[in-house]
Amino acid sequence: MTEQQPAGRPGARPSGSARAALLIAEKDLKARVRDRSALIFGILVPLGLAFIFNLIFAGVSGNSKAISLGVVVADHGQMGQAFTAQVLDPLRHIGIISVRAEPSVAAGRSLAAKGTVSAVIVVPAGFTAAVEAGGPASLTVIESASAPVTGEIARSIAQGYADALNRVRLSVATVASGSAGAGLSPGQLRRIGARAAAATVPVAVSDISAKTKQLDSKSFFAAGMAVFFLFFTVQFGVTSLLEERSEGTLARLLASPIRRGAVLAGKLITSFALGVFSMVVLVIGTSLLFGASWGSPLGVVVLIAAASLSAVGIMALVATFAKSAEQAGNAQAIVAVVLGLLGGTFFPVSLAPGILGKLTFIAPQAWFMRGLGDLRAGSLSVVWTPALALLGFAVVTGAVAMLRLRRLAEV
Amino acid sequence: MPDELVLECHDLRRRFGDLLAVDGVGFHIAHGETYGLLGPNGAGKTTTISMIAGLLERDSGEVTIAGQPMTTKTVQAKVALGYVPQDLAIYPDLSALENLVFFARLYGMSRMQARTRAREVLEVIGLTDRAGDQTKTYSGGMKRRLNVGLGLLNSPSLLILDEPTAGVDPQSRNAILENVAGLSKAGMAVLYTTHYMEEAERLCDRVGIIDHGNLIAEGTRRELVGMVGEADSVALAATGNVAAAAEALGTMDGVQKVSLNDHGLDLVVSDAREHLPALLAEAAARGAAIKSVEVTEPDLEAVFLHLTGRALRD
Repeated sequence: MTEQQPAGRPGARPSGSARAALLIAEKDLKARVRDRSALIFGILVPLGLAFIFNLIFAGVSGNSKAISLGVVVADHGQMGQAFTAQVLDPLRHIGIISVRAEPSVAAGRSLAAKGTVSAVIVVPAGFTAAVEAGGPASLTVIESASAPVTGEIARSIAQGYADALNRVRLSVATVASGSAGAGLSPGQLRRIGARAAAATVPVAVSDISAKTKQLDSKSFFAAGMAVFFLFFTVQFGVTSLLEERSEGTLARLLASPIRRGAVLAGKLITSFALGVFSMVVLVIGTSLLFGASWGSPLGVVVLIAAASLSAVGIMALVATFAKSAEQAGNAQAIVAVVLGLLGGTFFPVSLAPGILGKLTFIAPQAWFMRGLGDLRAGSLSVVWTPALALLGFAVVTGAVAMLRLRRLAEV
Repeated sequence: MPDELVLECHDLRRRFGDLLAVDGVGFHIAHGETYGLLGPNGAGKTTTISMIAGLLERDSGEVTIAGQPMTTKTVQAKVALGYVPQDLAIYPDLSALENLVFFARLYGMSRMQARTRAREVLEVIGLTDRAGDQTKTYSGGMKRRLNVGLGLLNSPSLLILDEPTAGVDPQSRNAILENVAGLSKAGMAVLYTTHYMEEAERLCDRVGIIDHGNLIAEGTRRELVGMVGEADSVALAATGNVAAAAEALGTMDGVQKVSLNDHGLDLVVSDAREHLPALLAEAAARGAAIKSVEVTEPDLEAVFLHLTGRALRD
C-alpha cells in the first residue's frame, strides 16, 4: 500500500470556523442517529412516560371527563335550593361535574348501582327546617362501587357545604347565648340564622385552572416530560468533547487546520440541534397521539429554542467540571433530575404554597412550563418574559461554560 | 540546505507541574527524509510531537513547518501537516469513507473533492472493499491502516506518526512500514516515533535518541554506532588450517581481536562490511576452508544501552 504521489496537496487549505463547526455538528449528529442514544432519551422515553402519566392521572385531573353526579333535592327550603344553585351549578359550569337531577332517593340509588352516575348527593326533606332549628346540617351521599375516587369527590362537595352551614349555625348559637343575643326571641334568632346561611356562599368554587394558567393534564405531562428529557438529550453534544479527548480523535481534530473555537462551537450546535429536534418531535407526537394542546406554534417555537439554549448552557457548564465523559454524564443526570423536579415537570410546583412555589423559578424548566401556561391563557406576547428568563440562563451559564470549555479542548 | 527543510524545531521545553517532560529538544527534517525519534515509554516523544503538531502549548522554543510558524493557534502550518496519533483516532459509528471525507473536508475540500481523495486513500491503505462498513466492525489492523490513511488525506509535506504500529499484527505492521518507506521515497518528510529499535533501523535516515526529555544523541545509524565506538562481531565457521588463518587475520586492518573456538574463529572488526572480503580471501590463502560467515553489527539498542545504561524497553 504505497502512495507514489508527490507531497503537498494543492486543494488543502484552512477551513473557516463556521464551516468547520457545522461539519463537526453534522458528523456528531450522524453518529448520534446511528447509536440511537439520542433517539431513546430524546424521543421514545419522554413520549412513553407522558403516555403513562396520562393513563395514571387522566381520571383525577382537572381536565378529565366531567364527573357524573346525581342529585336528589327532597328539601324545598332555601338551603336545599342553594346547594344546587351555589355549589353544583358553578362546578357544572366550569366542566368539573355533570349533574343529573333525580326525583327520588330510590331512583338515584338505582343509577349509582348501575354506574350511570359516580355518586348521588341527597338533600333530605326538611333539611332547611332542621338547620334553621339549630340542628346539624347533614347531606347523604350514595356512591357507586365502580367509582370510589369520584365518590370521594362527591362526598367532599357535600361535606364542604354541610360544614359551611354548621359554622353559620354555631355562630348564631354563640350570638344567642351571649350578651349580643339578649332579648332576641327564638323566632328572631331563626330568621338571623336563615339570612346568614343564605348570604353565605357555602363552598367557594373557582376556576383554578383559568386563574393560574395551568396546562391541562395531557399538555402538562407532554410538556413536562419533553423539557425534563431535553436536559438529558443536549448532554450528548457537550459530553462528546470529553469522549473525543479520551478516544484520541480530539488530537486529530486539533491537528487539522481549524480553530479550537470551531470544535467547541460544533459541539454546542450539536447539543442545540438535538434538543430542538427532540422537542419538536415531541410536540408533534404528543399532539397527534395524546391530543396535547401546546398553544400558538410560534410561541412554542420561541419557548423551545430558548429552553434548548438554556439546557445547552447549563449542561455545558456542568460538563466543564468533569474529567471524563462518564463523570460528566453522571453529574449532568443529577442536575437534570433536580432541576426537573424543582421546575415542576412532574407536578405543578409553582402552585405549591410558600417558598417552594417561588423557588421553582430557579429552574429553567419552570419558566418553560409557565411560558406554555401563559401561552394557553393569553396572546403570543406573553411568552417573552419566560423566553427572556430562559435566555438569561443560557447566556450566564453558556458564557462561563465557554471560558471553562477551552480547558477541555486540549489534548 | 535550509530551504530544503520541512521541519525545524529548536529548544522545545514543556513542564507538567514538577516534571520537566521535554528539556531543550531540537532537530530538523528535510524533504524525503525519515527521522526517527527513539526512546523508551515516558521519554518525552509524544510531548515533543504534540508541541510540533500544535496540539500542546510549549513553555519555550520554536517550530516551523514548511516555512510556516506552528503554534496551537495557527492554522496555516497545519495545512502542510499530517498527524497520525498513537491512539486509534477514528469514529467507530462512521464508515472508513465517512471518516476520511469528514477529515478531508476540514482541510477545506469540497464534498466532491473530499470523496475523490478519500477513495484514493482507501486504495492506498487497502480498505476499498470495506469502505462503507462502520469502523467498529474492523479488525485492529484495519483500524490502524485507516488511522494512518487519515494522516495522508492532505498529502502533507510533513507526516508525523506517533508509534503507529503499537499493538498491530505482523502483517499490518509490515504494510504500514512499507507504506511509510514509500511515502518517504515520494518526497514526504516523516517524523516517526517508536520504541521499537528494529523499526527505527529499517525506516529512518536519521535517528534522534530521547531520554528523560533530552535529545541525547542524533545521527544516522552508522554515526550513532560510531559515536559509541562499538565494533562488529564476525563468526567464521571453518575447517583446515584455522590456526594459521587466525594468526594472519589478527594483523590485518580493522581487526581488533581474533579468537579460536570449536567451529572456527570469532573476530571483532570495525566496519565488517568494508573489511570482510579481504578477511575471507586471507583466511582462504592461509589454508582455512570457510563454511559460513555470520556478521553481527551493533544496533541502536546497544547504542541506547551505552548512552543511558538502560535497555530501550526498560
